[in-house]
Amino acid sequence: MKKNSFGQNVQTLPRMTNPVRRHQDRMAIMIFLLPALALFLIFLVYPIFQSVYYSLFSWKGFGPAVDFIGLDNFKRILTDRIFLKAVGNGLLIVVFSLIIQLPLALALALMIGRSLRGRAFFRTIFFMPYILSEVITGIMWMILYNPNPNRGFINAILTLIPGIKAIPWLGNTSTVLMAIFVVLTWKFFGFHMLLYLAGLQNIPPEIEEAALIDGVNNRQMITYITIPLIGSTIRTSIYLSVLGSLQVFALVWIMTKGGPVNASEVMSTYMYRFSFVRFQLGYGSAVAVVMLLISLLFSLAYLRLVRQTDYLN
Amino acid sequence: MSVNDSYRRKILKKNLPRIFQYIILFVAVVIVIIPIVMLIFGALKTRGEFMTRPYTLPIPPNWENFARVLKMPGFWSMLLNSFLVMLATTSGVIIICSMAAFPLSRMKFRGQNLIFNFLTLGLMFPITLAILPVYLMVRQMGLTDNLWGVILIQTAFQLSIGIVILCGFFRSVPSELQDASYIDGCNAFSFFWRILLPLSRPALAAVGALTMVTSWNDLLVPLVLLNSDSLWTLPLGTMQFQGQYGVNLALIAAFVILSAVPAVIFYLFAERQIISGLTAGAIKG
Repeated sequence: MKKNSFGQNVQTLPRMTNPVRRHQDRMAIMIFLLPALALFLIFLVYPIFQSVYYSLFSWKGFGPAVDFIGLDNFKRILTDRIFLKAVGNGLLIVVFSLIIQLPLALALALMIGRSLRGRAFFRTIFFMPYILSEVITGIMWMILYNPNPNRGFINAILTLIPGIKAIPWLGNTSTVLMAIFVVLTWKFFGFHMLLYLAGLQNIPPEIEEAALIDGVNNRQMITYITIPLIGSTIRTSIYLSVLGSLQVFALVWIMTKGGPVNASEVMSTYMYRFSFVRFQLGYGSAVAVVMLLISLLFSLAYLRLVRQTDYLN
Repeated sequence: MSVNDSYRRKILKKNLPRIFQYIILFVAVVIVIIPIVMLIFGALKTRGEFMTRPYTLPIPPNWENFARVLKMPGFWSMLLNSFLVMLATTSGVIIICSMAAFPLSRMKFRGQNLIFNFLTLGLMFPITLAILPVYLMVRQMGLTDNLWGVILIQTAFQLSIGIVILCGFFRSVPSELQDASYIDGCNAFSFFWRILLPLSRPALAAVGALTMVTSWNDLLVPLVLLNSDSLWTLPLGTMQFQGQYGVNLALIAAFVILSAVPAVIFYLFAERQIISGLTAGAIKG
């Protein structure tokens, strides 16, 4: 017996199944799913397993892989200072994103809110950098960062202050990562702001009105009501931000190629260099496997954590 | 006087935060726009002007750089390649995703959840991380240096997000509609084709817009798969152009702007679809 929405018992009829119809349904399901499953198996699943296999070889990419070296590639990765540097840089980008980029996006989203006049204008402008390709963004900022103040706008502004000299932002090992992070923020804060705006849109206005009647001030409203209510959006945006930091490639490759002296190396540029510049495909495969494992572990940990939180709530 | 004053103070107190908000927002707008404006200024100057007075308004505007880029046959072939790849990828993603999302969201069968989770794996294994494994596969198939290779890969890696978005939307279509259509003699396929798809136009548009932007801007897949310069797409060509003409910043600026124009125009027209695609994908994924 089932209950309907009024709590009354209703009789459900057993589903009439006729074998021909069911067979047809099964065929239809197969046909509908086939293209997606095929593309996925051919271009995602199989290649990954194949790379796991290649990662056990020293292989230059020509002919079959025969030089089996077991886990040596992985040992080499985990002891390579440059790879560890790339991981460290990736972590720094994650940390900076979480403590600077996302709060900035949240603050702007809260300011724009639901009803600010000019909301659409601000949204359009702030989201614009996201639409420009990373190639365009990279070249644009390379010009801005030009060490010659007569060419690079940032140094031109900086040298207006007496006593300050132009800084080769991308050519200096101590500034290059910060400089890239600024570009990443410029490009991606609008995306996170957009997520927050969508989250804010889903808060029922009655809740905020009720709080206003109860006499909360602006700060209390934001910390105790608004932010907790968009908690799930914030979690999503943190997840995407971390996953996105793992994927930074084109910007770094265009602006610095990971240099100078590996100061802006990230995992993806490291993998690209070994795979497509030096053609050490066995080693590159091992790096790819490590990166995919990191992404998988992080995603699983996140899912577990979020499921738990949602369950507790 | 004093009444008026306190009244004014009250208004000011009430509006001050709002004014502050606007000031901060406008500062942010300026910061976001300045790089783009500087690029446009630079492109509208001669090479000499760019060296002597790089930050002033480009008066009189010099259209030479744009003309030079537009006269390059390479630019047009890149534009065409990018366009072909984008079109094929987007149609592929829309067709394949809506097909897969239909049984996953509107039917019941054994292994449904498993298949759904499997098809969303792409969210955890983005193309940047999987590029080498994918390259090796494409090479085995003999599809390197071929636009089809790029199209297939871009399609495969855009499927997960598309399926997530479309499943979410398809589930929100009331099941009474499906029952009614079955009573009226529809089978699963005709319900899908005649009722579900037309109803889902906004979701399909969102998936399409998202895919178009992703494909248009993608550097990595063409960079890894394409050698011949006649096949280069715009991002790849822009990168190579920058390497080649590294010193002539005004010309590079013009090239970069021209390669950005299609994306910006598309954004201004399809902002709503892009945004709803992104937010739906993120929040449901």
